[in-house]
Amino acid sequence: MKNKELNKLLIDDTNYETNFPAKFLRRKKYVKADPKKVFAFIPGVITNIKIKPGQTIGQNESIIILEAMKMKNDLLSPLKGKVKDIFISEGQMVTKGQLLIEFE
Amino acid sequence: MWLKDKILEFFSKKEIASIGGGKKAVEKQLAMGKMTARERITAILDANSFHEYDMFVTHEAKDFGMDKKDLPGDGVITGTGTILGHPVCIFAQDFTVAGGSLGLAHARKITKIMDHSIKLGIPLIGINDSGGARIQEGVNSLAGYGEIFYRNTLASGVIPQISVILGPCAGGAVYSPALTDFVFVVDKISKMFITGPEVIKTVLGEDISMEDLGGARVQTEISGNAHFFANSELECFDQIKKLMTFIPWNNSKKAAPYPAKPPKPIYDIDTIIPNEPSKPYDIRNIIKSISDDSDFFEIQELFAPNIVIGFMRIEGETVGIVGNQPLVLAGVLDIDSSDKAARFIRFCDAFNIPLITLVDLPGYLPGVDQEHNGVIRHGAKILYAYSEATVPKITIILRKAYGGGYIAMCSRHLGADFVFAWPIAEIAVMGPEGAANIIFKSEIANSPNPNETRKQKILEYTEKFANPYVAAAKGHVDAVINPSDTRGYLIHSLKISIQKKEIRPTKKHGIPPF
Repeated sequence: MKNKELNKLLIDDTNYETNFPAKFLRRKKYVKADPKKVFAFIPGVITNIKIKPGQTIGQNESIIILEAMKMKNDLLSPLKGKVKDIFISEGQMVTKGQLLIEFE
Repeated sequence: MWLKDKILEFFSKKEIASIGGGKKAVEKQLAMGKMTARERITAILDANSFHEYDMFVTHEAKDFGMDKKDLPGDGVITGTGTILGHPVCIFAQDFTVAGGSLGLAHARKITKIMDHSIKLGIPLIGINDSGGARIQEGVNSLAGYGEIFYRNTLASGVIPQISVILGPCAGGAVYSPALTDFVFVVDKISKMFITGPEVIKTVLGEDISMEDLGGARVQTEISGNAHFFANSELECFDQIKKLMTFIPWNNSKKAAPYPAKPPKPIYDIDTIIPNEPSKPYDIRNIIKSISDDSDFFEIQELFAPNIVIGFMRIEGETVGIVGNQPLVLAGVLDIDSSDKAARFIRFCDAFNIPLITLVDLPGYLPGVDQEHNGVIRHGAKILYAYSEATVPKITIILRKAYGGGYIAMCSRHLGADFVFAWPIAEIAVMGPEGAANIIFKSEIANSPNPNETRKQKILEYTEKFANPYVAAAKGHVDAVINPSDTRGYLIHSLKISIQKKEIRPTKKHGIPPF
């Protein structure tokens, strides 16, 4: 480790000159959860979409079936509201963390 | 003639067993850039010191055509030998025999040599190079793994256990190394994981190579599962040999003493640390300025480099050293560095190795990822390990010792036998900037010139608290010492601590925050 191009780490109002290891730089930055967005929690196939854009639905209603590992996962609406956009279609493969639905 | 025939038969049997999986399989092994199991044992042990046992053990499996399969040594070589004169039990899985797969007979050879090492009180070295469970043997193979894990646990803290990963070590097999004290890996040869790339791709859709998932770099730098990274098998064996010189045979012994040697004069303790507390330096230079021959055997060099751990000698005797590394992340404690240090402290305590702690840290690392991943529980490990340790514990506060970090780094309050501080030490709840901003918040806010007032208050706080004398006045620090006297203080403290005894409340075992 060389002393050149040091980073600055602020702790209790003091800026410490130091190096950042690769693992620290790769750490996941915190993103505040957005209740209006529904993401795939597991990779799989969308086998059924039960809602349409503009439709108003209640909280905890079934909106999508995401089939993964031979299990039909029933995704529920996180809130009562109007569907703004649907980013997937039936039969589509999705990856983990992919945005599926957005509410208004 | 009769006797001669028997002897000839013996030699031919031995010859067949020695070749392992046969010429073709051996060629394949060498083509992968790997040594054979037998070559590895020869390279690690002292010349001609290896005694092999159970060479003629055979498996009893009958299903799936196994009854027609002859597996020399059942895919593992076991025995005893010496490393630089120190006795060891050793086993090496032979990848050329059925991919080094673990069947019941294979496992029984390993557990037998493990039982030996516990009874004899000598270190165990396991060389892992195996495709995993021998599926044809079904649950018997799993039983074999379980019995190995059980003995790893029994032996933990009794004899040093060393795992060398020289090939694949996947699935259940990987838990045995995890239960041992030191894991050695070699670039491009070692592969460790619970579930492989294929399963991960099927289940999660994540595409990753074996190397990127569980190669030597990953295990030493990211996961911390392995302790020593080498570029070649021979370099790895040299690391093992050096480690053996620092550790005792078992928990009732001390590590062998070596002739005392002074540190090398190029490491000048007075000039290593910069004046400003926010500037970095390499803590390893401080270590080398106090160790015999300026020798420092670093452990887990690549993982959590914000804390440095390893062995050195003071006047010929092994000591374990834990030091904050200001060069990386300002030397803060975080999840990884706490895990790393805590495990090392417990090893030293179990094997009668005195602990020296070098303190220079601003505290714990702030961050959502730290909190969400359990820095409370992980950070507590270091408190537990230091408090639990009854070996001589000597702490040198070099510069900053702030807040929870001060307590955690083997403070008097966690049972340090001797706490020394350099005149530049700052022992306080936090650095002067942070403290002044809190204590004088309204004064600074209401001042006609806030910046000027802040500066003045920081100075005021610095003069009052950013020193070792407040702690020394309360006896939390035993002595403020001149940096150049550090080695002298360590020699004296270690010498008078030889007979140290500490009586603790009786218990079955503690419940550390794993």
